Amino acid sequence: MNKYKSEVLVGMFVVLTIGAVMLLALKVANQSVGGDGDTYTLYAKFDNIGGLKARSSVKVGGVNVGRVSSITLDQEDFTPVVELSILKSYDGFPETSSVSILTSGLLGEQYVGFQPGFSFDGVANLKDGDYLQDTKSALVLEDLIGQFLFSRGKDEE
Amino acid sequence: MKFFQAIGANVIGKVTAIGRATYMLMGALLAFPRLKNIPLTIKQLHVVGVQSLLIIIVSGLFIGMVMALQGYTILVDYGAEGSLGPMVALSLLRELGPVVTALLFAGRAGSALTAEIGLMKATEQISSLEMMAVDPLRRIVAPRFWAGMISMPMLALIFSAVGILGGHLVGVDWLGVDVGSYWSIMQSTVEWGEDVVNGIIKSLVFALVVTWIAIFKGYDSIPTSEGISKATTETVVYSSLAVLGLDFVLTALMFGIE
Repeated sequence: MNKYKSEVLVGMFVVLTIGAVMLLALKVANQSVGGDGDTYTLYAKFDNIGGLKARSSVKVGGVNVGRVSSITLDQEDFTPVVELSILKSYDGFPETSSVSILTSGLLGEQYVGFQPGFSFDGVANLKDGDYLQDTKSALVLEDLIGQFLFSRGKDEE
Repeated sequence: MKFFQAIGANVIGKVTAIGRATYMLMGALLAFPRLKNIPLTIKQLHVVGVQSLLIIIVSGLFIGMVMALQGYTILVDYGAEGSLGPMVALSLLRELGPVVTALLFAGRAGSALTAEIGLMKATEQISSLEMMAVDPLRRIVAPRFWAGMISMPMLALIFSAVGILGGHLVGVDWLGVDVGSYWSIMQSTVEWGEDVVNGIIKSLVFALVVTWIAIFKGYDSIPTSEGISKATTETVVYSSLAVLGLDFVLTALMFGIE
């Protein structure tokens, strides 16, 4: 009888653990976008990436479509090259698309905003390994303040 | 000359203790596949795991609640109380879950293991088993070792889950953080492989260290009442220090380098 009771309690212990794992897996942790699903790679050159980091998200109109997989510096013209992994289920963006580095909220983390361009005849779709031509750099607060002070100084002369 | 002799004796004593501990661990590891030991292991799972559940759940609940309360008072100044969820979840999954579980486990189950095995040795039950050609490593040490190895990660997971629910209780139900942002920002921040699995790995390492120390201290104790009390104290002190030290090393290895 005693043995039976301890087996029941151990069984309940195991069930409780499975419940905890389910909670952690389904409600707490995310199934990482871009890490597991099939992706294709696009490249974009920026003048300044600001605080962008690897694993930052890529969004089209607020919807997550992929992640930044790596950031390197081009050895020839010394500009940062950002490698974007976009989910295969979101393909068919036209070549005229543009990317910019945006900030979520005033102090939030930075992400890549992807702006799909217009598609008309003669414009191909973006393929694996393509470079995005139209890029907009991150807004660096210090530069902005510097420009503002500079332009004020001019006005007063 | 006496000085060198003291150092030498100390070092030799420590090294032979480590050797005996490793020998015992090997014996316990090799002993697992015996089918008839599985009921013994289940009984130990009950003693070591189920009976530690209450203290784990209560401490997890209160640690989660306290973290939500403390985090809220700071985050609300910056209007960032939505980040309460990831703060509670990440600190529980990465650090507090494995570490506090290991510390409580050392105090609750580790000391009991040491005292039990030490008393078995003092009352010559272990020698009697050997006389009857029953391997005490197989019969006594292995089930307890595996019970500790299996139950500690389970306890750590329960601790983290209960702590997150406790944070929810205080943060959302009492202080009025938005329930949607609590869960959704947590979900977008916490990574399964990065945070949850690393926490489980940590807790497996702690389980090995704490159970090993507890069993060896009992198995190697001086079979007197004084010796057992000394061994029990050493179990709690050594395993707590080992857990805290190893936690730094593991954190540095897992999360240190971006």
